[in-house]
Amino acid sequence: MGEDGRGAGSSFGTQDTDFEWSQGHRAAQASSDVEIFRRVWRNEKAAPEILPYDHLLLQRIREQILLMEDTLSTFTGAASDELTLSMYRMDIDRTMFLLRAYLRIRLLKIEQFAMHILRTEELWERLSQQEQDYAQRYIDILQKHMEQTVLSKLPFGYQSMLRQATSSEEDDMIPEPTLDTFVFCKSKEPIGSLQLDDRGEEVVDMLTDDLYILRYRPVKRLLETDRIELV
Amino acid sequence: MAGQSNPQLSIFTAAEVEFLAEDEQIDIVPNVRMDTLHMICGDYGPFRPQIPVRVPLWLAIALKKRSKCRIQPPDWMSVEKLTQVLEDEREAPREFQPLPFHYVEISRLLFDHARDDITDPYLVRSLLEDIRDVRFHKVESGLETLSGKTHAVKLKNLAAMEVNIVRPFIVRALQCFYKHDNEDLIKQAANELDSQPVASDRVPRRTLRPR
Repeated sequence: MGEDGRGAGSSFGTQDTDFEWSQGHRAAQASSDVEIFRRVWRNEKAAPEILPYDHLLLQRIREQILLMEDTLSTFTGAASDELTLSMYRMDIDRTMFLLRAYLRIRLLKIEQFAMHILRTEELWERLSQQEQDYAQRYIDILQKHMEQTVLSKLPFGYQSMLRQATSSEEDDMIPEPTLDTFVFCKSKEPIGSLQLDDRGEEVVDMLTDDLYILRYRPVKRLLETDRIELV
Repeated sequence: MAGQSNPQLSIFTAAEVEFLAEDEQIDIVPNVRMDTLHMICGDYGPFRPQIPVRVPLWLAIALKKRSKCRIQPPDWMSVEKLTQVLEDEREAPREFQPLPFHYVEISRLLFDHARDDITDPYLVRSLLEDIRDVRFHKVESGLETLSGKTHAVKLKNLAAMEVNIVRPFIVRALQCFYKHDNEDLIKQAANELDSQPVASDRVPRRTLRPR
């Protein structure tokens, strides 16, 4: 099956028409935005921690949805055929689904690890402005709720939301993601030898399109540099 | 089952994997005339009766449901190709044969929505089922080799739906092995394993300093 998918089956000069059409529409290659976004969603779902928010990509996706909604509303006015309209509608619905699913999985992670994210600058920077507001409000509400329902009723010394007791040496009640969990990852290019433990005893040699189950921590950097993807 | 105590481990639902598969490309032969669709996911068409055109699977199925096209099943779904795959699959006990990453979902969707476009549907379906069985058998026998020393499991060519099915069990098993094999990490892992800061019986707990 053609993996590239583009133009393989069509013998028309689609290339030329594409360029004419692209005026007022998206540029010809813009279609790959959704492709990228699908991968971003997949990675986000499969990764234990929250991943960076790609502002530009998200903005482009949102703009494309808006533009399409706009175009459709002008279509509806003109006597356009039902079939074409419903196809466009489905396209928008699918993209909207992807967008919602992506934002939701991030909110889920934010709620789960809100305190940890707030206290780790690197993670905090990965949130969008709205997500930061959300996380902050979530923590405020959670704190208030915990105090009212439980903490205020506990004996002195056990009233912190962050510690089991004031005698704890560190904040030990903050849920953190398990970075040592295992993930399924696919290499997009030859990775070469990858060290899996601190002692350098365990090494795998990843080729293009290999599929491995590995600990998340050693492949974290590869994911950030887009050399592997999670599945 | 072991995987159930942590629902987070099965991160994709079957429907979500199917959603991803619906973006794979497939050839259709339309029987209507329709202009090029300039969609967010790409430009497709123009559609002319009897002229094959490549579209995403969801579009193909939507048109098929409205009886506006015939779907051409992909090459790998032919009896000939699948017979070969099954044979190779049986001959190589430790490897998975290359099939499209979404072969399970694509074939399932085509059987559900375009059965009449598949030649020899009974044979194709039974071949696919045999292939699936052989592959799962390999996964299962591979599981027996997992141990605390397992840092990596190679599963080249395992497909999306297969990954999704074995994920909860494998991840859970590897996590446990890893945890018990790295005594010094237990404390940390215990904190992290429970997403809720509630101490459970099985997980070693930090002992409080006496006051």
